Amino acid sequence: MTAVRHHHSSVRRARRRLANTLMWVLATLSALAALVPLGFVLYYIAAQGLPALNLDFFTHVPRPVGEPGGGMANAIVGTIILIALASLVGLPIGLLGGIYLAEFGANRFAGIIRFAADVLSGVPSIVIGIFVYALVVVPMHRFSALAGGVALGIMMIPTVMRTSEELIRLVPASLREAALSLGATHPRTVFKVVLLAARAGVVTGVLLAIARIAGETAPLLFTAFGSNLWSARLDQPIASLPVQIFTYAIAPYDNWHAQAWAGALVLVAMILILSAAARYATRGRLRTVL
Amino acid sequence: MTAASTSRGSLRRRGIFGPNLADRAFRLGTFLFASAVLALICLLAYQLVHASRPALRQFGWSFISKSAWDPVHGSFGVLFAIYGTALTSLLALALAVPIGLGAAIFLAELAPRRLRELLSFLIELLAAVPSIVYGLWGVFVLVPVLRPVEVWLGAHLGFLPFFQGAPYGIGVLAASLILSIMVLPYITAVSREVIQAVPVTQREAAYSLGATRWETIRGPVLRAARSGIIGAIILALGRAVGETMAVTMVIGNRAEIPTSFFSPAYTLASLVANEFAEATGELHIAALIGAALVLLVLTIFINAIARLLIWRVTGGHRRVR
Amino acid sequence: MTRLTRWLGGLAVVLVLVIAGCVRQPASGRRQAPAQRVTLNGAGASFPYPLYSKWIAEYAKVAPDVSVNYQSIGSGGGIQQLKAGTVDFGASDAPLSDEEIKAMPGPVLHLPAAAGAVAVVYSLPQPAAVGRRQAPALRLSGAVVAAIFLGEIARWNDKRIADLNPGLALPDSAIAVAHRSDGSGTTYIFTHYLAAVSKPWSDRVGADKSVNWPVGIGAKGNEGVSGIVKQTPGAIGYVELAYAVQSALSAAHMENPAGEFVAPTTAGVTAAASGAATAMQKDVRVSILNSPGAGAYPIAGFSYILVYREQKEAARAKALTGFLNWAIHEGQVFAERLDYAPLPAAVVAINEQALKTITVQGRG
Repeated sequence: MTAVRHHHSSVRRARRRLANTLMWVLATLSALAALVPLGFVLYYIAAQGLPALNLDFFTHVPRPVGEPGGGMANAIVGTIILIALASLVGLPIGLLGGIYLAEFGANRFAGIIRFAADVLSGVPSIVIGIFVYALVVVPMHRFSALAGGVALGIMMIPTVMRTSEELIRLVPASLREAALSLGATHPRTVFKVVLLAARAGVVTGVLLAIARIAGETAPLLFTAFGSNLWSARLDQPIASLPVQIFTYAIAPYDNWHAQAWAGALVLVAMILILSAAARYATRGRLRTVL
Repeated sequence: MTAASTSRGSLRRRGIFGPNLADRAFRLGTFLFASAVLALICLLAYQLVHASRPALRQFGWSFISKSAWDPVHGSFGVLFAIYGTALTSLLALALAVPIGLGAAIFLAELAPRRLRELLSFLIELLAAVPSIVYGLWGVFVLVPVLRPVEVWLGAHLGFLPFFQGAPYGIGVLAASLILSIMVLPYITAVSREVIQAVPVTQREAAYSLGATRWETIRGPVLRAARSGIIGAIILALGRAVGETMAVTMVIGNRAEIPTSFFSPAYTLASLVANEFAEATGELHIAALIGAALVLLVLTIFINAIARLLIWRVTGGHRRVR
Repeated sequence: MTRLTRWLGGLAVVLVLVIAGCVRQPASGRRQAPAQRVTLNGAGASFPYPLYSKWIAEYAKVAPDVSVNYQSIGSGGGIQQLKAGTVDFGASDAPLSDEEIKAMPGPVLHLPAAAGAVAVVYSLPQPAAVGRRQAPALRLSGAVVAAIFLGEIARWNDKRIADLNPGLALPDSAIAVAHRSDGSGTTYIFTHYLAAVSKPWSDRVGADKSVNWPVGIGAKGNEGVSGIVKQTPGAIGYVELAYAVQSALSAAHMENPAGEFVAPTTAGVTAAASGAATAMQKDVRVSILNSPGAGAYPIAGFSYILVYREQKEAARAKALTGFLNWAIHEGQVFAERLDYAPLPAAVVAINEQALKTITVQGRG
C-alpha cells in the first residue's frame, strides 16, 4: 500500500519539477524574445545615425539641403523644454491622481476616474493634438511651446496614474500602520513613507511615460508647430526632435535621412541618460518583512 | 505631532483619517487632480461630438455599419477601420502579453540582481524609440524580412483563411508585429514592478508549504500582482489602439475589411493621421473627427468589457479595478 | 530632508531656471536700429519644403532682421492655419476652390511659387540589352496609366502597354500598384491628370487630395511610395520628381497633347508652365496639366503660397512682401538644383502684380 502511495507522490513530485523547469525555460526564452527586437532596432538606428553624428549636429540649427554643417541643436533644446513642460502638467495630475485612487479609491467615483484614465490612454496622439489645438492654440492665435507641453502632458497622465496607483497599493499595510501609530497624518504617511517605499515603481511609470511622449510627432504638429530657428520662448513655436526627424525622414534627400536617424539616436540616448540618472537617484528597493 | 482631536463619533464616521485639516486638504487636493482626468475626457468627448456632427447627421448609423471611404463623392463609413483596429490590437496583445509576462517573471524572479537591472533598463528602452522610427524600421527592415516569411506561411499553412492572399509584406501581420514590439516594454516593465513588489512573506509562506518556484509564482505572487498586471495590459491595449505613425507606414492603408493576416488594412487612428493634415472639405474633416469619436467609443467599449470580465473572474463581489 | 526631496527640489530649481531663462528674449536682435526683428510663420505643403528652407536660409543673409519659419504640416493644414490666423502665409499644392475662398475671412492671393512634376515610377527587371547599353525608358500614355490604376490593365505585357513600347521586352508578370494613403498635393495633381485623360477614371474615382483607390497598396508619403516601388518587383507608383531623382527610380516617359513622349524634368515643367501663362492672367489657379506646347511634361503642377490681400500690421506686411518678392525673383536660381522648375518670366510678372495689391489697413 505504502509502495503505491510513494509511487504516486514521487510521480507527482517529478511532474511538479518538470513544470518548474519548463517555466524557467519559457521565461528565459521570453526574455530573450523581448530583447531581440530591441537589438535589431537599436542596431539599425545606430548604424544609420552614427555616420551623421558630429559636433555640428549638437551646435547648429538645421541648414537647407546640400549645405554641410546643419544640425538639430534647437530641436534638442526644444525637446528638453517640452518634456519639462509636459512633466509640469502630467506629473501632478498623474501622481496625485494615482495617490487618490490608491488611498481613497474604493468608491464608485474612483472607479469612473480609473476608467477615464484607461480610455484616455487609448486616444490617438493626433486627436490629443487637435484637442489641445482647439483649447490652447486657437485662443492664443498662435502655436506655442506651451500648447505642445500641454498636449504631451495629457498623454503622460494615464501611464503615471495607473502605475503609481498599483505600486502604492502594493506597499504593505504594516508600513502605513507603523507610520500612523507614530502619529503621522495621512498626507505625511503617504509622502514620507508610502511613496518612498514605492518610489522605484513610480519612477518606472514616470520614465515610461516620458519615453513615450519624447518620441511623439503628431500632437506637436498642431501645437508646438516646429521651428528651424533658435527659439526657447514658451509662447512661440518651438523645434523638437520628433518633428525634425519626421520632416527629414519624409524628404527625398539621403543626407537628410541620415540626419533623421542621427536625431533618433540622440533622442534614445537622451532618454537612456535620463532613465539611468533617475534610477540611480531613487535606487534601493524596500525589502519588507511583514 | 499632529493634534488629531476627534470625538469617538466622528472617528466612526470617517475612519481613522479623522476631520484633521491636513487629512481633509490632502483628500480634497488629490481628488481634484484625479478628477482632472475625468474632466479632460468629457471635454474631449464633447469636442469630438461637436466637430463631427455634420458627418454624423448626414450618415447616421451607416457611418459605422458601412465600409467606404470616398472623399471625392462624399461617402464615408468606417466599418473597415473598426475591424482593422480591433484585429491589429488584439493580435499585437496576443503576441506581446505572453512574451512580456514571461520576460517579467524572468526578470523579477529568476535573474540575478545585476542582470535584472541591466535587462529591465534595456527593455524599457524600447519605449524610448520614437514611433516614426519604428515605422521607418518596419518599412526598411521588417517588411523585407516578412515577405519571405509570409511566402513560407502561405505555402505551409495556406489552408487556413488567415494565411491566404498575396504576400506583400505590408499588411495586418507587419502592423501587429510592430505594435507588439511597441507595447512590450509597458507589459514587461509594469508587470515586473508589481511582481517584485509582492512582499517576501507571501513567497516564504508558499515555500514553507513545499511549493516549487513555479507554484509560488503561479499562486500567491501572481494573485497579488494580478491587478497590476491587468493594469499593464490595459495600458498596452490603449497604446496599441491609439498608435498612428508606426502603424500607418506598414499596414497598407486599404479601406477594406481585411480577409487575412497578409491583407492590407486600415485602423481608425491611422485614418485620422493620414488624412487630417490635408483635409479641407467640411464633410471630410467632420468624417475624420467622427472616426476619432468612433475610436473613443470603441476604447470605452473594450475597457468596459475588460472590466466586466475581470469582475467575473475575480469573483463578482470583490472590488472592481 | 530625504534624498528624494532633495532631488525633487533640485529638479524644481532647474526647471525654474530653464523657464526663466527661456522667456527672456535673446537681446541680439535689438541692436539693429530702426527695423525690429520680425519672425514670419508659414505652414503647408511638404512638397516645396526643401526649396523654401533654402530660400529662408539665403534670405536671412539678405535681410538679417527677418526670420521665416516654415513647417510642412500638409496643404490642408496650411489652409486651416491661414484661416485661423496662426500663420502669416500658407502653402498648398492645390489651389483653393471657390467655396474655400468664400470661407476665408478675407480675400486670399494665390502666388505660384514653385512648379514640380509628378513622375510615374516603376520597377521592372532590366531586359537584356539589344545592341544598346541601357534599355529605353517605358513609354506610357495617360489613358494607359489610368487603366493600370483602375485595375483594368493587370499585367505588364498587356497589349496596350506593348503597343507603346515596341523596343522593350515586357515580362508576363502582375503589376503591383502603389498609391498614397495620406492626403497630398501629389495625389491631387495626379488624379486631376487621370480624370482629364480618362473618362472611366473621372466617373468612377474622381480627383482630390485623397480618393478611393480601386486597386493597390497605400503608402504614407512620397518616400513610402518610392520605398515600395523600389522594393517590390513589378511595381508602379507616382511620386514628386525629387524623390524619383534622389532614389534613382525609373520614370516613365509620358505622352503629352503634342504627341511627344516626355521625361519628367524641370525643363518639361517650365515648358508646361509657360504654356499656361496667358490663361493665368484671368485666374491664377489655372491648371498646367496637359499643357499644350512642345516639350511640356503633362503631369505638372504649381505649389502656391497663400497670403491675405489685407494685412494687419505694417512691419509684418513689409517683411512678408519683401520675402516673397525676393523668392519669385532671386530665389528662383535655387530651384533647378533641388529638382523644382523655375517660374517662367510671365508667371513672375503675374506674381509681381499680385504682390503690389497687398494693403495694410486699407493702404498699399
